[in-house]
Amino acid sequence: MNKPIRVVSVFCLVLFMALLVNSTYLMYVRADSLSDDPRNRRIITATFSRERGAILVGKEAIARSVPSDDRYKFQRTYSQPLKYAPITGYFSWFNQTGVERSQNAVLAGDDSRLFVTRLVDMLSNTDPQGGNVQLTVDPAAQDAAWAGLDALPGDAQGAVVALEPTTGRVLAMVSTPTFDPNNFASHDFGAVAELGEQLNNDPRDPLINRAIGTTLPPGSTFKLVTAAAAIESGDYDAESMVPGGFRYQLPQSTTTVPNYDGGNCGGRRITMTQALQVSCNVTFLSLANELGTEAMADQAEAFGFNSTALEDLPGQAESLYPRDMDAPQTALSGIGQSSVTATPLQMAMVAAAIANDGDVMRPYVVDEVRAPNLSVLDRTDPTSISKAISSSTADELTEMMVATVASGTASPAQIPGLDVAGKTGTAQSTGDRPPYAWFVSFAPADDPQVAVAVLVQSSDTSPDEIGGGRLGGPIAKSVMEAVINR
Amino acid sequence: MGFVHRRRRGAELFLLVLALVVGIGAYAAVGLGVEGTVPADLVGYGGWLTALIVAAHVTVRLVAPYADPVLLPLVAALNGLGLAVLRRLDLTYEANGLDQHTFARQQLTWMTLGVVLFIATLVLLRDHRVLQRFTYTAGLTGILLLILPFLPFVGREINGARIWINVAGFSFQPGEVAKVMLVIAFAGYLVLHRDALALAGRRVVFVDLPRGRDLGPIMAMFGVSMMILVLQNDLGSSLLFFGLFLVMLYVATERPGWLVVGGLLFGAGALAAYTFVGNVQNRFNFWLRPMDYYDDSPGSFQLVEALFGQGWGGLIGRGFGNGFPERVPFAYSDFIVSTIGEELGLTAVMAIILCYGLIVERALRIALISRDGFGKLLAVGLGAIVALQVFVVIGGVTGLIPLTGLTTPFLSYGGSSLVANWVVVALLLRVSDQARRPAPRLEPVDDSGADSETTQVVKLR
Repeated sequence: MNKPIRVVSVFCLVLFMALLVNSTYLMYVRADSLSDDPRNRRIITATFSRERGAILVGKEAIARSVPSDDRYKFQRTYSQPLKYAPITGYFSWFNQTGVERSQNAVLAGDDSRLFVTRLVDMLSNTDPQGGNVQLTVDPAAQDAAWAGLDALPGDAQGAVVALEPTTGRVLAMVSTPTFDPNNFASHDFGAVAELGEQLNNDPRDPLINRAIGTTLPPGSTFKLVTAAAAIESGDYDAESMVPGGFRYQLPQSTTTVPNYDGGNCGGRRITMTQALQVSCNVTFLSLANELGTEAMADQAEAFGFNSTALEDLPGQAESLYPRDMDAPQTALSGIGQSSVTATPLQMAMVAAAIANDGDVMRPYVVDEVRAPNLSVLDRTDPTSISKAISSSTADELTEMMVATVASGTASPAQIPGLDVAGKTGTAQSTGDRPPYAWFVSFAPADDPQVAVAVLVQSSDTSPDEIGGGRLGGPIAKSVMEAVINR
Repeated sequence: MGFVHRRRRGAELFLLVLALVVGIGAYAAVGLGVEGTVPADLVGYGGWLTALIVAAHVTVRLVAPYADPVLLPLVAALNGLGLAVLRRLDLTYEANGLDQHTFARQQLTWMTLGVVLFIATLVLLRDHRVLQRFTYTAGLTGILLLILPFLPFVGREINGARIWINVAGFSFQPGEVAKVMLVIAFAGYLVLHRDALALAGRRVVFVDLPRGRDLGPIMAMFGVSMMILVLQNDLGSSLLFFGLFLVMLYVATERPGWLVVGGLLFGAGALAAYTFVGNVQNRFNFWLRPMDYYDDSPGSFQLVEALFGQGWGGLIGRGFGNGFPERVPFAYSDFIVSTIGEELGLTAVMAIILCYGLIVERALRIALISRDGFGKLLAVGLGAIVALQVFVVIGGVTGLIPLTGLTTPFLSYGGSSLVANWVVVALLLRVSDQARRPAPRLEPVDDSGADSETTQVVKLR
């Protein structure tokens, strides 16, 4: 019987070799792909229990991990939760949003740029520590933007974005209503899940960063794009005479569109500057109709429409200028109505491009990535996305916008002692909702340091008091002052 | 005079000390890792474990001095490690407020009973050939034990498998004892009928196929296996019993033809099971695409969590107390290897697989050197049980083969399994003691007289 016993021995050897090979495959070769599975709670818990890096604004850590005495070892805390929530996002056991998500690898310490730090941690047997992220945000501008939106009556829904025109740095980004990320970072996961559910079902959408995630008709602020397209066409300049009057009859239609205030813009023929100053609907309806869909769409896309530009934050919505509009729609698009929609960030980029001689800079939120020992690992370099308009066009538009602030609809943004360029917008919305109030501006006009876009989606203001200038102007002004006076 | 085996009891003692270092060291490491301090009952626990091992060792010295010196230390190390891992799970289960958090304590009680039966087996059974007398008794007992769970009042269904009986408040898996009984029965039957099974038959192509009338036993065993599968919903045991029978049949008859017949039968059975038993189909699908059934119910949550845990453990593991083995349902029984993989890593899993490999190797070596056919078959059968069981359960947990419910010998929580496996080791030691013992001298005592007889000069004139 010994021969079959030897055969059985070989068979058993094969079985055990198979076990050894398979366990090696599972625990060594396949381990990484198992770790990457989003359902792997072990990885989530391990990441959750790590000393996560801080998110810094100026010198202050607005998000950091402090030791806690439960099993997760660290508690994420946010020092100014409501004000910065749209940027930082939250860090919960279930998921992350905002910078917490986009910079997760750095903050968790997994980023390849932190390789040396990880190696040292491993050799010295200390717990791994995440890297820090320095934001571009100017605390004074952020404070001003937050205070402005917070001061609006009632439960205002709105957003403010401020950019540095020459670089694209995001100086302020605020959205209301918002949420407290400290509640999401809680270790009481049941409560966190419940909170998530509750806020997701909230009709006011507090989890949405309106500055980048909400697209609405930009209204009269879009007249800047129409004007830019007109001047770029070569047929117009700031002093060209353009149509004015009480009403504009849409092409292929009997519908007529009046001016916002019901007036005649100061005559049947007015200068382009005057048209922008009084925000003359008739002028820009006819200009858009004359330029056509292609030219308008090209200009809008040059400013960044139909794409997203900010790479540092998740949850961006694309601002749209559809190319398949018919003639009446195209005409309406000239005043930022019909199918044209934009985020506050997009309108800030339009203002910033005009301020920056027509160069559209890629907006960014993350300034520097630093190792736990604060040495700088990486710094974001400003990059240009496109040349939206020529330098001379930019100059003419700037003059027109300065006039609009100095003696036009945008006068609430005036700052004594320096020239401010601005444009209001009041967009019609569907049904019985109050209109959206917009305001875009930059200052100082001769050496722009800041471009701002303000959107007030709804507030407890009576509909006839809503106007981009009255609601948004003061907010834009205070943000610009905060940047200029720093 | 040929080769004589040495007793090697000193070597066994040395290896047992190493095994105790593993068991008690792991227990201390659990305390340090989970609670941050050396467990308060370390001395008492260590003392108890040492007492059990020493008792087993002394027994072997007294009644089986020539027994294999490696088996007992291997088993002691595995059992000690298993206890420590159970203790580690207990601490977490207790912290999570679960009712069942005394697995380690119960397992230690079962281990004590196991060692007592180990000693009793060695002391009472001085010659394994005695068992051959009980061939049919053992066979009948085995079948009866398998049927027990179906009887009213005593039989119980736990977690979908009807393999438990409940007597006086204790639950017991009679199948674990049945497998030892069946090995004895197979060995006794086959050693008697091997010639008939081996010699008759015809040759088809290159394979000697057995006669139709000799197919009786194999068909009976096949029937029992399928009964277990269909009625008890226990894929693992079914596979184990049939595989065991095939291996023993092959060794007894030396004819691969039986393997062909058995393999075909098994293939047909597996196909039928796959087609008609939903449970089998599920397990097959979970094995092929575990990630697709994670959220389903019934689904592959358990397997996937085990895979996640082992992957996370990596080469050297997370360390006791730093993993989340409690995420895997039944981490204390069928999935104990995934707990070890998560917290002690690939290194420990490989060490465990090698320990089992060595146990099987020793069993087959005992079979090779055993002088009687019954001993050979007994040793092969017991070795095959360990090999098949380990392959099926570790292969299932690591995703090599479809998952089937079986305990990991000596590691998993489970009284019946632990006690039965200690008896398995006792039987192996008994066979090896017989095999390694110097052969009795058969020569006549008075050599000189005989010599003078044969060298007598015969005078021829």
